[in-house]
Amino acid sequence: MNLAVKAVGIRKSFGSHEVLKGLDLEVAYGEVLCILGPSGSGKSTFLRCINHLETPNSGYVWVDGAIMGYELNRGALQELPIKRLRAQQSQLGMVFQHFNLFAHRTVLGNVIEGPMVVRGLRRAEAEVRAMDLLEQVGMAGKALSYPSQLSGGQKQRVAIARSLAMEPRVMLFDEPTSALDPELVGEVLEVMRNLARGGTTMIVVTHEIGFAREVADRVVVMIDGEIRETGAPGQVLSNPGDPRVRTFLSRVLA
Amino acid sequence: MTQSPHKSTFALPLADLPGLDTPIRRLHHPGRWLSGIAVILLLAVIGHAFAVGQIQWPVVGQFLTAGVIITGFGWTLLISACALVLGVVFGFAFGIMRLSENPILRFAAWLYVWIFRGTPVLLQLLIWFNIALVFPRLYVPGLVDERMVDVVTPFVAAVLGLGVNEGSYLTEVVRGGIGSVDRGQKEAAHTLGMTPGQTMRRIILPQTLRLILPVLGNSAIGMLKFSSLAATIAMGEMLNAAQRIYFINGAVIELLFVCAIWYLAGTTVLSIGQYYLERYFGRDAAAATSNRHWFKVWGRRPAVEGEA
Repeated sequence: MNLAVKAVGIRKSFGSHEVLKGLDLEVAYGEVLCILGPSGSGKSTFLRCINHLETPNSGYVWVDGAIMGYELNRGALQELPIKRLRAQQSQLGMVFQHFNLFAHRTVLGNVIEGPMVVRGLRRAEAEVRAMDLLEQVGMAGKALSYPSQLSGGQKQRVAIARSLAMEPRVMLFDEPTSALDPELVGEVLEVMRNLARGGTTMIVVTHEIGFAREVADRVVVMIDGEIRETGAPGQVLSNPGDPRVRTFLSRVLA
Repeated sequence: MTQSPHKSTFALPLADLPGLDTPIRRLHHPGRWLSGIAVILLLAVIGHAFAVGQIQWPVVGQFLTAGVIITGFGWTLLISACALVLGVVFGFAFGIMRLSENPILRFAAWLYVWIFRGTPVLLQLLIWFNIALVFPRLYVPGLVDERMVDVVTPFVAAVLGLGVNEGSYLTEVVRGGIGSVDRGQKEAAHTLGMTPGQTMRRIILPQTLRLILPVLGNSAIGMLKFSSLAATIAMGEMLNAAQRIYFINGAVIELLFVCAIWYLAGTTVLSIGQYYLERYFGRDAAAATSNRHWFKVWGRRPAVEGEA
């Protein structure tokens, strides 16, 4: 097993409220991991700790041979300069619940932004690659539209293409379908299914139990800032050992 | 549904329903007519008063295009433009500082706003104009060494006074504008690996600019008018020129009217410009059609399957 991500003892508090109570997690290359759990259980915060959008109060995340945000230096974890942290972050693609497309850029402009600014690609080259990605998510025909002209499902597909353009090692999805109208969920899940089939390493925070059952290699259930259950989707979803996980699942599956 | 207190509403039996071609008669608004007539009368009275008052309209017409006035208006435009540019630069610089992680930078920006927004702009103009009393020489080793009175001419004092003052207002505007750009935009940029500087320049500021454009338009209009304050520090802009003329010929009101006409013309042009600028920068908002050259190239590519 070739590890891509290893989170060790992640703790995070907002004020006096401890959201994450010491989480450990390992994700292998090529693996699709779904994180389930009730609202407020800390799933999104955990995902945001993995790519250092939130800095954990203690614990750290190892991604592909480096610790996010730090380097080991004479026995201490030395904070990285912002530029190197950003370089690390660009190794992890992030898809947000609310898309967060750049409102002042076209669809194509959104997708070429990272490759041009961060990786220094020339516009022509970046555009060719961006169009391939947009085709992959079925959005090539809208390349010159602005985000405000798109439906939620279309925005999310563009957001996925934008993340993929940085050729990340791991894709993180933070409730990618939670802000969508029900009839638009399918098109986004379809794109994610294709990615999973193509061998992309994915960590998906989601409420879509059906997607988890079908696509995930492994499922993690979080409750109150702790991982209460982890295992193959078939086992976790149909026969959970933890009583609180059973209550949660019976509520969402009902 | 069997009983209704409003019997009259149900006085129309179903059998008597009108045909679809029944004409619709609009409601009359006599109040609108009355108020409209009253306002027109009032305007007529005011207009008449000025027409028959002690104003020599031919003199107004004569000086409207006088060389001194036109030159003065040129100075007015130049001062306004320079001061506005200075104000915008200061506004963005200090507005960004106000949001800095560094508390000392934040404090410096706060101090700037506190001082320059908290004192009258006319007073600031007078201080800039007399700055030589504090610093007789402007001396930067290896760069300049001159008498301050030679450096801070009335023009420089006007631009500095108006620009620095405007910058203190725009600092707050920029800070508010940056704050109202969705936090997700910044996070998205960070996850792509963009540095804070790149994020600010390429993602946050362009969107801020669009948000604060109406305010900048108002600033430009305000600046054109505030530049008249420079008349008090012997700057030969339009109002100053008009004053110098009426000290001689005594046509006070006539020359002030000449200025009013030019200022109105200027602010009108600016308002129109503001309208078009806002329309241009609002192009990504809705129903925008891009006509950039690469649109045609990519637009021709066939839509992919699954595309709605």
